[in-house]
Amino acid sequence: MSKIGVFVCHCGENISATVDCAKVAETAGNYDGVAFSVDYKYMCSDPGQNLIKSAIKEKGLTGVVVASCSPRMHEPTFRKACAEAGLNPFMCEMANLREHCSWVHEKCEATTEKAIDLVRILVEKVKYNHSLNEIKVPVTKTALVIGGGIAGIQASLDIANTGHKVILIERDPSIGGHMSQLSETFPTLDCSQCILTPRMVEVAQHPNITLYTYAELESLEGFIGNFKAKIRRKSKSIDEKLCTGCGQCTTKCPVKKIPSEFNEGLGKRTAIYVPFPQAVPNKPVIDRKNCTYYIKGKCKVCEIVCPTGAIRFDQEDQIMEVEIGAIVIATGFTIKQPDFFPEYGYGKYPDVITGLQFERLASASGPTLGEIRRPSDGKIPEKIVFLACAGSRDPAKGIPYCSKICCMYIAKHAMLYQHKVHGGKSYVFYMDIRAGGKQYEEFVRRAIEDDGVNYVRGRVSRIYEKNGKLIVNGVDTLLNAMPVEIEADMVVLATAGIANDGAEELAQKMHISYDPYKFFAEAHPKLKPVETNTAGIFLAGACQAPRDIPESVAMASGAAVKVAGLFSQDELTREPIIAVVNRQAPPVYSSCVGCFLCVSACPYQAIGKEEIKNRNGEVIKSIAKVNPGLCQGCGTCVAFCRTKSIDIQGYTHEEMYTEVMALLNEY
Amino acid sequence: MLEHTEVKVTHCYQCGKCSAGCPLSEEMDYPPSVIMRMLQTGDPVLEEKVLRSFTIWVCLTCEMCFARCPMSIDIPKMMDFLREKSLNEKKANPKAKEIVAFHKSFLDSIKYTGRLYEIGLFVDYKTRTLKIFDDLALAPKMMKRGKLNIIPELIKDRSGMASIFRKSNKKNKN
Amino acid sequence: MTLGFYPGCSLKGSSREYAESVLAVAKAFDINLEEINDWNCCGATAAHNMNKELSLALPARILSLAEKQGLTEIVVPCAACYSRLTVTIHELSKDPALKAITEANGLEYTGSVTVLNIVQMLDKYITPNLEGRVVKPFDHKVACYYGCLLVRPHEILKFDREEDPQTLDVLMLKAGATPIDWAFKTECCGAGLSVSRTSSVGRLSGKIIGDAKDRGAEAVIVACPMCHSNLDMRRNEIDSYLGEKVDIPVLYITQAIGLALGLDRKALGLQRHFVKVTV
Repeated sequence: MSKIGVFVCHCGENISATVDCAKVAETAGNYDGVAFSVDYKYMCSDPGQNLIKSAIKEKGLTGVVVASCSPRMHEPTFRKACAEAGLNPFMCEMANLREHCSWVHEKCEATTEKAIDLVRILVEKVKYNHSLNEIKVPVTKTALVIGGGIAGIQASLDIANTGHKVILIERDPSIGGHMSQLSETFPTLDCSQCILTPRMVEVAQHPNITLYTYAELESLEGFIGNFKAKIRRKSKSIDEKLCTGCGQCTTKCPVKKIPSEFNEGLGKRTAIYVPFPQAVPNKPVIDRKNCTYYIKGKCKVCEIVCPTGAIRFDQEDQIMEVEIGAIVIATGFTIKQPDFFPEYGYGKYPDVITGLQFERLASASGPTLGEIRRPSDGKIPEKIVFLACAGSRDPAKGIPYCSKICCMYIAKHAMLYQHKVHGGKSYVFYMDIRAGGKQYEEFVRRAIEDDGVNYVRGRVSRIYEKNGKLIVNGVDTLLNAMPVEIEADMVVLATAGIANDGAEELAQKMHISYDPYKFFAEAHPKLKPVETNTAGIFLAGACQAPRDIPESVAMASGAAVKVAGLFSQDELTREPIIAVVNRQAPPVYSSCVGCFLCVSACPYQAIGKEEIKNRNGEVIKSIAKVNPGLCQGCGTCVAFCRTKSIDIQGYTHEEMYTEVMALLNEY
Repeated sequence: MLEHTEVKVTHCYQCGKCSAGCPLSEEMDYPPSVIMRMLQTGDPVLEEKVLRSFTIWVCLTCEMCFARCPMSIDIPKMMDFLREKSLNEKKANPKAKEIVAFHKSFLDSIKYTGRLYEIGLFVDYKTRTLKIFDDLALAPKMMKRGKLNIIPELIKDRSGMASIFRKSNKKNKN
Repeated sequence: MTLGFYPGCSLKGSSREYAESVLAVAKAFDINLEEINDWNCCGATAAHNMNKELSLALPARILSLAEKQGLTEIVVPCAACYSRLTVTIHELSKDPALKAITEANGLEYTGSVTVLNIVQMLDKYITPNLEGRVVKPFDHKVACYYGCLLVRPHEILKFDREEDPQTLDVLMLKAGATPIDWAFKTECCGAGLSVSRTSSVGRLSGKIIGDAKDRGAEAVIVACPMCHSNLDMRRNEIDSYLGEKVDIPVLYITQAIGLALGLDRKALGLQRHFVKVTV
């Protein structure tokens, strides 16, 4: 016989303002099977919970219905309270009188009637509830970090320092990311590589970190604590164990004119190359698309000069399978190129460059050894113009958002230019100045007040080239939109920050959500910035949205702590709201007929086959079996099953049917 | 007020790209982005200034502003609307006398003949503006090259044309 | 084959040579251009500046006449008329309330007419066969000037590209010319201010001719009678703005192609220009 307790919450005034809670409790108290019914102001508070616990103990309740807010709010709270009082937590259900009733209706008779209905149907359902036990799954305490920029490096170090193993993969030949391309960082004007390379070396030497560069994620299976990843280690064409990084091969390689990706196309590299001198690992890779041996079958100079015989021309890509418990995605971002701008020349003017290209010019290890020179003729520009918001905040071009970092790096670039070219004149065309971080506003004021950068508020309508100069047609909106025309020697566009190449494919491989701009989606924009909607997969850095270095580092540490928290337990508990195929006594064994429609229906590949054998080992029948570790309780298989042999625990056919019938007052 | 034209002034964030690209902005009293700001405020005093401005008449409707605007605001359409309103409320800027006169002469010419009669246009324009000597030397040069028709070309359905003009003007008087 | 033809007021008067060259080139390729019966002025700049309804009603009349005549494609060599007609089609299809205008004026238009500008017509019907027919390659450096209304507003016209368009350049290349890369391809020439504010035209057209000259152009190629008139007829004002006399002639695209095809100079109307055509 059921002995159900009904607890109606006022939720302060949230529910009681439109629903007559006392009446609901009174009506419920008269139902068959209800042994106790009460209303109270704050059910989730300590006294409220104690009310439930003491009722369970004193009245020997077999089920509990809490009529209050949404289960998403307090289901764990009330279930925990029941468990503490000795009642199986899955015998506790919640009737949502708040989001489903009081918050969406006016105060009237009908609202209270609806509340009464909601309570009644759950009372009837709970009569059919079964005790369920949580499922425990083991946790593999190895993390995978995808992306070796500053965010990936920070996350790897943080996780490794908690004592857990990390596999860090990076698709470029070296880790470092965009931060390694920068010359100085704002607001301190620290040398970027000087602060980054110690961390890169730490990663390479850390006993808990296994670093694979020139590697990408091939596929991912599994679930939190129990992922299986396949990693493609692209062939570097060298034997890393034999290579000493001496650099003979790169010096002697005859193919020298390939535009260098690290230098954003402003410098050249060889076919066998190390991206930059401080690369980690400091071992070269062969760019097979441009190597003479792979194109024509000739050359092999690198093989000849290599003192340790480390060149392996026929090396193939390797697929490695690893078992991991959590993943941190730190794949970063990229920027739009000048060809995106029809009014700025469609990318055909070599002296109209991007911010990253300017970084390479300013960098002491760059193609011009730190001197700001025009790519077209190598002269030092006397007049330079910086354009903010090139592409960002521009719905007509499809990028309505702000790229966040440009206002700061333009100020930095203008300052660097003024420091390097004494007597040079710089102009910044801006719409707003977004300098919200610590010391950021002071940094921008330095550029304007101390370094004499001319800030003009207005945008540039077009740029064209004449007699080797770039004519910039802008406007000063603070002077009644007076036209401002500048004959510049160089123009730097602060182009929009966008999702990295391959972001969409990666997101689909990992089953995580992403937004229309292909930035990965966080679970909650305010309160869960480092988690995704997929349990066990976390985000760090600019792959989620454009951001600067301190934020990327903070986010990476945040993601690392989430991973460490996950790994602090040996087992993960999962809710037992999963599908189960029924088993019955012989000779039926199960009403499942083995059509396996559910196997193809399941989006998580969680259903397999089970063979039922007799004592001689002969197979009597094959039926479906759900893997409790993989099942997510979505219910698709239940809808597909033609014999009603599969059911979701906690939401069985019986329970759901009873709810519906109770609503129709037919039971 | 600009819902007639679907132009949403609230979208303008005053970047100034329109004014930067406008070929005539240096001849305007209020460049296009300033006109936008004046309309954004909703201040009737500023709206009055807009209707009385020289800007709206010297605007060529070259569509350059619309092509470059990051918010895709149809400024040329807005200018057309402002011009019509300015005329109906008799607020056309006196500096724009010649420009308005030219448009009026143009429309008068085609109202009667259906197709532009250049000599008729010029005569009408000069009587409105009294700029008799401008371009006078041009006429014989054009005639020598066969570019000036002495006799106007008349279409057959002139009453149809007149009726089109009548019906559209009726709406305007309201 | 037959195509509808809407000359517009300029082609009948001050830009006669444009009409002459269009008809001459069409004839050379056996294309019959049938004028729309009793066509009226499209209203040009004056109508849309003064009265929205009028600015839509006048082109609507032209379209309904074309439809009545059974013409599915009409060639509109004047860029301003082309702009007005295309915008009218767009506005009428977008807003049913405006359709009331056409009805009120006793006009019926079901949307079956396609409007082609001169370049579209050339590209569709003439360019495929052009290279074989060139007898006298137009061996000069040319600056192709598109003006405003051929390429803007892009969302409605959907022709070429708004910045640095290429269709005229490609055509001239096929005619044997060397199109130069220059900065004023789509900057306004001064349009309708030719009479009422000639000084502005001197400045704007002056900038255009100045840049073409600085980059070594021997001729400027246009596809709009207004632009031609400003760049050619108003050469004195341009010269006074630039402070020097510039002799670069301005040719219509059809005249340049006509010359390449070996057609007679008089038939193309070259003698009607103000700036002597020496190429």
